[in-house]
Amino acid sequence: MDDLIVRKVTKWIVPFIQVYGIFIVLHGHISPGGGFSGGAVLGSSIILITLSLGLEKASGILSHRTSSLLESGSIIWYVLIGFAGIVTGNNFLTNRGAGFHMGEVGDIISSGTIPLITVAIGIKVASTVITLFHIIIEED
Amino acid sequence: MQIFNVILIIFLIACAIAVERTKDLLAAVIIFASYSFFMALLWLLLRAPDIALTEAAIGAGVTTILFVGVISKTRRME
Repeated sequence: MDDLIVRKVTKWIVPFIQVYGIFIVLHGHISPGGGFSGGAVLGSSIILITLSLGLEKASGILSHRTSSLLESGSIIWYVLIGFAGIVTGNNFLTNRGAGFHMGEVGDIISSGTIPLITVAIGIKVASTVITLFHIIIEED
Repeated sequence: MQIFNVILIIFLIACAIAVERTKDLLAAVIIFASYSFFMALLWLLLRAPDIALTEAAIGAGVTTILFVGVISKTRRME
């Protein structure tokens, strides 16, 4: 699709969608939302770029290899945070007992492992959605 | 408020019946997106705003785009 209005509106609206997605991911433990919803919103912004500007432009922003690395790296990050509980002598994914920082209720940096895990899930879901759409739309 | 709820559920059932009776698959996908939108409003009325957020992003956004991508690779008519 090569339409001037669609291209210009996409360039204007994509940063706002991405800021909203990052907001949902970072506030996952103190407001509605979380890793899955925010990651889906973040993935939708890249899908919008693919639909309006073409697959080459979107692959320049986030290539297939980078997407795979993000997908694998975020789930490794999740598992490593889980192992921090085992290293300190507790169960898998132990939060308070493993010595994580429990801040004030309502702050962004609070409640121990939950924000770190939410960020990992957000990156994982976003890159999975993007990879799925790029594989379907690719010419074979 | 209860009238609004009943209207939403009637729209939901109408969309669900229309999806399975439509022969044009692209039209069925668009009706399915509107089904997801009504479902998101209902989740919001049921006081589950995080599920509503997920339904609006996944059901009305990503799933529709994936279905349209698959239809562009195959036939449009059933």
